[in-house]
Amino acid sequence: MVLTIRNVTKRFPGQTAETAVLRGVSLNLEGGRSLALTGESGSGKSTLLHLAGALDQFDSGEIEIGGTCLSGLSDSQRAALRRRDVSLVFQQFNLIPSLNISKNIAIHARLGGRWDEGWEKRLTDRLGLTGLVRRYPEQLSGGQQQRVAIARALAVRPKLLLADEPTGNLDETASAAVMELMLELVRESGTALFLVTHSEAIARMLDQRLHLRHGTAA
Amino acid sequence: MTGTALLAILSHWRRHPLQLATLIAGLALAAGLWSAVQAINAEARASYARAAEQLGTAGLARLVPETGSIPIARYGELRRSGWKLAPVLEGVVSFDRQSFDIMGVDLLQHPQAPVLAEAAEAESSTALEALRPPGRIFAHPETAALLSEAQQIHPVTRLAALPRGIGMADLSLASQLLRQPDSLSYLLVLPEQTPGLVPLSELAPDLTLIPARAAASDTARLTDSFHLNLTAFGLLSFAVGLFIVQGTIALSLEQRRGMIRTLRSLGVPMRLLSGLFATELAAIALVAGIAGLAGGYVVAAALLPGVNATLAGLYGASVDGTLSLRPGWVLSGLAMTLGGTFLAGSQSLFALWRLPMLASPATHARGQQASRSHVTSAICGAACISAGLMVFSFFQGLVAGFAFLAAVMLGAALLLPLLISAGLSLGAHMAKSALAEWLWADTRAQLPGMSLALMALLLALAANIGVGTMVSSFRLTFTGWLDQRLFAEVYVTAASDEQGAELAQWLDEQEITALSRRYHDTRFKGAPLRVYGFEDDASYRSNWPLLDAVPDVWDQTARGEALLVNEQLARRHKLAPGSILEIEPGWRLPIAGVYSDYGNPNGQAMVSLQALLKHVPGLPNRNFGLSTGPLEVSGLIKSLREKFDIPRENITDQATVKARSLEVFDRTFVITAALNLLTLGVAGFALLTSLLTLWSQRLPQLAPVWAMGVTRRQLAAAEVLRSLLMAACTAVLALPLGLVLAWVLLSVINVAAFGWKLPMYLFPLDWLRLFVLALLAAVIAAALPAWRLSRIDPADLLKVFANER
Repeated sequence: MVLTIRNVTKRFPGQTAETAVLRGVSLNLEGGRSLALTGESGSGKSTLLHLAGALDQFDSGEIEIGGTCLSGLSDSQRAALRRRDVSLVFQQFNLIPSLNISKNIAIHARLGGRWDEGWEKRLTDRLGLTGLVRRYPEQLSGGQQQRVAIARALAVRPKLLLADEPTGNLDETASAAVMELMLELVRESGTALFLVTHSEAIARMLDQRLHLRHGTAA
Repeated sequence: MTGTALLAILSHWRRHPLQLATLIAGLALAAGLWSAVQAINAEARASYARAAEQLGTAGLARLVPETGSIPIARYGELRRSGWKLAPVLEGVVSFDRQSFDIMGVDLLQHPQAPVLAEAAEAESSTALEALRPPGRIFAHPETAALLSEAQQIHPVTRLAALPRGIGMADLSLASQLLRQPDSLSYLLVLPEQTPGLVPLSELAPDLTLIPARAAASDTARLTDSFHLNLTAFGLLSFAVGLFIVQGTIALSLEQRRGMIRTLRSLGVPMRLLSGLFATELAAIALVAGIAGLAGGYVVAAALLPGVNATLAGLYGASVDGTLSLRPGWVLSGLAMTLGGTFLAGSQSLFALWRLPMLASPATHARGQQASRSHVTSAICGAACISAGLMVFSFFQGLVAGFAFLAAVMLGAALLLPLLISAGLSLGAHMAKSALAEWLWADTRAQLPGMSLALMALLLALAANIGVGTMVSSFRLTFTGWLDQRLFAEVYVTAASDEQGAELAQWLDEQEITALSRRYHDTRFKGAPLRVYGFEDDASYRSNWPLLDAVPDVWDQTARGEALLVNEQLARRHKLAPGSILEIEPGWRLPIAGVYSDYGNPNGQAMVSLQALLKHVPGLPNRNFGLSTGPLEVSGLIKSLREKFDIPRENITDQATVKARSLEVFDRTFVITAALNLLTLGVAGFALLTSLLTLWSQRLPQLAPVWAMGVTRRQLAAAEVLRSLLMAACTAVLALPLGLVLAWVLLSVINVAAFGWKLPMYLFPLDWLRLFVLALLAAVIAAALPAWRLSRIDPADLLKVFANER
């Protein structure tokens, strides 16, 4: 099991146990499989995604990534986990404007010490980025930037890929194309995909689905 | 509509109080240092003017001799032709080893006559009594106390209306004290003259008429260059402060682009918006200007003693009185703040004016955009430097020198972003790890936001290197010069001519070489000139610091066939070996050599003692330089004191004179060091404010890197490293600029300001110290943002991804 979430709760300052953003959520996700996390705005989707990515700390419960329990990990241990085993794709792409596309794609893999030139080339070819690698993010369209973000996330060959509305900025056609490509690559690399979306169409494309309502699984 | 739009615009500051504080602080700093310098200058000039007024010479034209003095008979002739003139004889007299400036005037006719008479009457005397032997000296109470203590022959009347350090007496007494009978220094042309007189130019073609406005006192004339130096420093600090302001204004307008777009789409015209932004800037400038004035007053009050020490050290001048609020510098401070604010904001306001209604909000200059702006800035920089070089090639003098410096410094500042960008690109190419690669690239991406602060740092560091090199070179030259010039081991002053003669005889008997030091004060082209008579001795031939000379300089001079002049006299009047100098009417000698004479603002000449005594007989013979073995100094001093009862203060050994001279030298440059430090402080503050204002824009760039597994602590360390990298690049580039500045100061500004050219020495240890200081400033500036980053809540970083910011 790549991702195991057991009875996790999370409260932000000012929230009570009753109004906590997450109230005992659990799920399991295997490598090569994908899970869509859906729910209304404010239901805790992004928070759960952040917790699963070792970006934030939960109040109770447990999260395991590739067998490593997140509770009790120090800041640097969590960072090391993110470098090697977890990748993220966000709606805003969050590319690094000062690096060209080639370096943007390679940076996470190189930080994690898992850079493979051949794999990177395959990714850029598959994602149609080959002619764009010398450019800078500001010189690309939204769809192109999102494909770079996906290439960056997969270049590290993570155990777990987290995606928060990854196609939220794209039109329906582009969105479907990007999703298909991402799912194909995820399966190919044996990565578990945990994806937050509002889109019913995208949710249907994934293997599993979890709907959140007021911080609990509906 | 106007009120609503204004409220919307101003709401920005509620969300960005730090930015507002930065803007006000930057402006206040710029205005503060400028106002401080202006306050000091205004105070000094007022003090000189007050002194001139108290001496009754203010606002009066004067007739000066081309060389030497004006014979009393000549004055009589002019008076008989109907002109109302007031004669003045000036000079320095020594009482009990203390020097006093003496001004001899016609007590019955001088513009200050009523004041003097009143003062005399207040002490149960009369002005007439002051005309009779032994005469009477009028002086400021402080000077009067010193005069009364130093001599008891001539009664001293205390008169608070006179400036400190000068004694006023009737001409008869002054000519007796100065041993200059029948001669006058200049004639004041009194205001009320009978109409229809023959013009003075016809009556006295041998005398030069200096109009009232140009007839500033010697002090005011000599110190002009010093005040120009101060103004230049103030302007530099002002420019450095404006760099902070420019960056902050640009950022505040950039951050409000979204709001501007919304307001315009809601129907607020661009003209109104521009007006509102201008009003906002003016209001902020006014608040900051007032704060700057208050700060400037405090700084000026703190610096004034240092300025006094400098003026005393360089020119023997003093700034009398305490600092006061003068409309001149207060208004100039406010005007400079307002003008500076609009200058700093003009580019942003212009960009705002041209902003299309649907422009996207806050797009930061990145990659290509930034490179283009670096190239444009570098082209402007190169143009500035070229213009400076042209000024330097075609014009000479102090103003041309400062114009060249300003152009080169501004040009170098504009070239800086491109040069740093090139350095950072090189670093990125050489980087091995992904983190290093990101750090170099990200540092380059931060450059547009940091470049103004770095320009400020460049200017401050270059000013430090330049001025520091100038002062240290000066000190080194001065020390070497003292070693050369002070070749006698002991300097002694006899109480009277009789004792002087006894002393000379005793020293001769003891076979101790005693070189007599006699001089005569006169004027050359309206300025004071001291003519020394020297006895031919091997010590002079082997030690005297000659800069330029004919081959047999000492033989010619010793024979009385030629003379030596100091560098400042030579430069001021374009004299060189071979030129002829007229010391007194009819006494003309060719110049055989030019010698360095640092620290003396006035002209000086050296002739053989015989030649001097031939033209000015009866000069006092009281000062001697004694050459003896270094080990015999204390024994000789003891013998002299026992034998002749000479007070301790009248005998000085060489080491003490050198120590005193160096002490005066060091005190002279206290103000320079203070201004250097303040400018560096302003630059450090600029760096801090840039980093703090950039902070709000940094998270979107840092959060993805953090999400990829770089810890907050590593990111914080990278922030410090980035600041260090940029400061280090800037400091390295500041070195050549500083050396250019030093060279111009030593070879152009000093020559124009003081009349001497100094060799340039290099002080690598000082550079190293400054380099470390710059890095320290960078670490301190980055410490707060880095600390905040290392402690930031992950939730704040996650907001970047959640698009909730």
